[in-house]
Amino acid sequence: MTELKSKYPPMTLNMAPAPEHQPSRALSGYGNPDLNSGSSLLMIQSVTVSFDGFKALNDLSFAVAERELRAIIGPNGAGKTTFMDVVTGKTRPDRGRVMFGATDLLRRTEASIAQLGIGRKFQRPTVFEEQTVFENLTLALANPRSPSASIAYRMSAGDRDRIHEIAGLIHLSDVLDVASGSLSHGQKQWLEIGMVLAQQPRLLLVDEPAAGMTPAERDRTVTILRNVAETCAVVVIEHDMEFVRNLSCRVTVLNEGMVLAEGSMDDVVRNEDVIDVYLGR
Amino acid sequence: MMSFERYEGLSQRYSRMSPFLSMLVVFALLTAFMVFVPMANQSYAGGGGWLPDAMVQLFGKILCFALLAVALDLVWGFCGILSLGHGAFFALGGYAISMNLIYATADEKLAQITDPIARDDAVKQSIFSVVGQGEDPWPWFWMLADQFWFQAAMVLVVPGLLAFGFGWLAFRSRVTGVYLSIITQALTLALGYLFIMNEFGLRGNNGLSGLQNVLGASMTETSTKATLFIASGIALMAGYVLTLFLTQSKFGSVLRGIRDDEDRIRFLGYAVEGYKVFAFVVSAMMAGVAGALFAPQAGIINPDSFGPLKSIEVAVWVALGGRGLIYGAIVGAVAVNLLRSALTGGWINQIGFGVVSIDVSGVPWPEFWPIVLGLLFVLVTLLMPRGLMGLWHSMLALIWRRLLRGWVVADADPTTPGSGTAGAVGQPEDAAKAQHVVASA
Repeated sequence: MTELKSKYPPMTLNMAPAPEHQPSRALSGYGNPDLNSGSSLLMIQSVTVSFDGFKALNDLSFAVAERELRAIIGPNGAGKTTFMDVVTGKTRPDRGRVMFGATDLLRRTEASIAQLGIGRKFQRPTVFEEQTVFENLTLALANPRSPSASIAYRMSAGDRDRIHEIAGLIHLSDVLDVASGSLSHGQKQWLEIGMVLAQQPRLLLVDEPAAGMTPAERDRTVTILRNVAETCAVVVIEHDMEFVRNLSCRVTVLNEGMVLAEGSMDDVVRNEDVIDVYLGR
Repeated sequence: MMSFERYEGLSQRYSRMSPFLSMLVVFALLTAFMVFVPMANQSYAGGGGWLPDAMVQLFGKILCFALLAVALDLVWGFCGILSLGHGAFFALGGYAISMNLIYATADEKLAQITDPIARDDAVKQSIFSVVGQGEDPWPWFWMLADQFWFQAAMVLVVPGLLAFGFGWLAFRSRVTGVYLSIITQALTLALGYLFIMNEFGLRGNNGLSGLQNVLGASMTETSTKATLFIASGIALMAGYVLTLFLTQSKFGSVLRGIRDDEDRIRFLGYAVEGYKVFAFVVSAMMAGVAGALFAPQAGIINPDSFGPLKSIEVAVWVALGGRGLIYGAIVGAVAVNLLRSALTGGWINQIGFGVVSIDVSGVPWPEFWPIVLGLLFVLVTLLMPRGLMGLWHSMLALIWRRLLRGWVVADADPTTPGSGTAGAVGQPEDAAKAQHVVASA
């Protein structure tokens, strides 16, 4: 992990300084004591979403704690992406509650949810291809979002440093002036993770980060995500079991819009229900 | 050694002049043109130069069209909003100023009436008797038509307010793409029907014509024509500066983001609607100014200006010149309008293809023009999706990529044959220098 250390001071993603003795939950893995207690960062209660009678989410409930790394797995159509759509305000559920800290997310627009500190990384890398890596990161930096603020915006030395710092973290320092459209697939994925990081989120939702990556790129992505999880909560949706195992975190298995099992990767793969669903018994 | 990304990035960068530099080039050309035309016409020496007065007015009108194209480029090229209703904002600006021009023209003719109330009544009679409404009271919105600066302010306010109301409703309901284009067409069509009604109070189908008096100066004077021509040029430059300022700021970065992936911008926390409304209002105001400068040079503004085809044509100019490039919009507007004048004005009598020469003097060009325009649009869309200026950039990028690749090879392998010759010695240094430029930028 030493290779990730940049020449800039260590990242502080949250505005408040992190406690010094903060144990690395990403490394200590699952079994977070905060879970399901009042201090959950994200709380989903009995959420149901149906499309033309098909229930994409069926009375789904679960919670994510502050600075937790969580993986969500499940077969196609299990409701993984719908879950993200609900949290980020893209889809309104028919029933249920979605709380972010003390804030009810269901009353808010996508933009205001993002401003609360929920970042989303899409499955397909969506970066602004005509703009450079630097410009992409500038767009994402946590600065005022109104049109007038954007017109008046001048880059400060602090912002410049932060961009270099994030670029170091996502291995893109050498290509800051390159139009992001000419990056490789893996680099685009990292850039997008960097963009979500630049928003200084408290919760990061990552949809299939390893899809289409080379094995070397996957390993780097695991390191990036585990580093990120030291400063904010990260929820990763992924198909690739090996990738999830390397994250060594708590795993939630979704099936037919419901939580099928939850626990460590080893627990989950031994679970009878999970085996049934995956092997189609 | 320079990585692939590096020289890809460099050739992309060198193929486009910096936006500021390209603005200076455009301004130098425009300024030269704005000095040359009045001199060739001897506008300020009583006229009679070799360049006819009609040409001064034609060029002035084309500069107004160029400003209209820049306005559309701001929302279409940079923000992805294809408005097919910008003709409406242009016409509203024209109407706003023409209310004062027609008032002042009538007022000047009736100067022998000394009683102000009687004169006001006579002015109203002379304006509205053509639609049989000379005896009716002034329509309420003519209340301050005698005040030039009030009507000049309306040139900005009326298109701006309409764009704000329309944009707020449309963008908040997330109407995008072709649906938005269709309702902007409906907007201009509806306004056209409103303005064509005599009862609406703007002389219906006659429009506002005989606009002879501009701030006391007569349009029959060559100096007035030249001044309006120069004013159009200055307005175009101001529009250019404003558009460049907006699009080069972070605001512009967000606009381009909205154009390329609206949802992504939303999830970054930007309220897309606010940005779109802002750009739309600024663009509508620029179109209004263009219309206000156009009307006196054309001498008339009528409901034809709201015609859907007029608005579509603006999109053709921008597409032909190159979307997302401010000078592209100008090049497109100038090229299409010069071509139209050349064809309909009978400047071109023969079209030659090497040995074959076709006599086209008998072609009824005014009737044929829409076909030529449509053909141009189809060809541009199919063959050069980024327009004339986009084609030019692709060519430059190709040349730069060749050059940089040559340097990379020379840089990587000093034993390459030829790298020892005097001519090649400088090349690795240049490449290193170029690399330094990128690193420090």
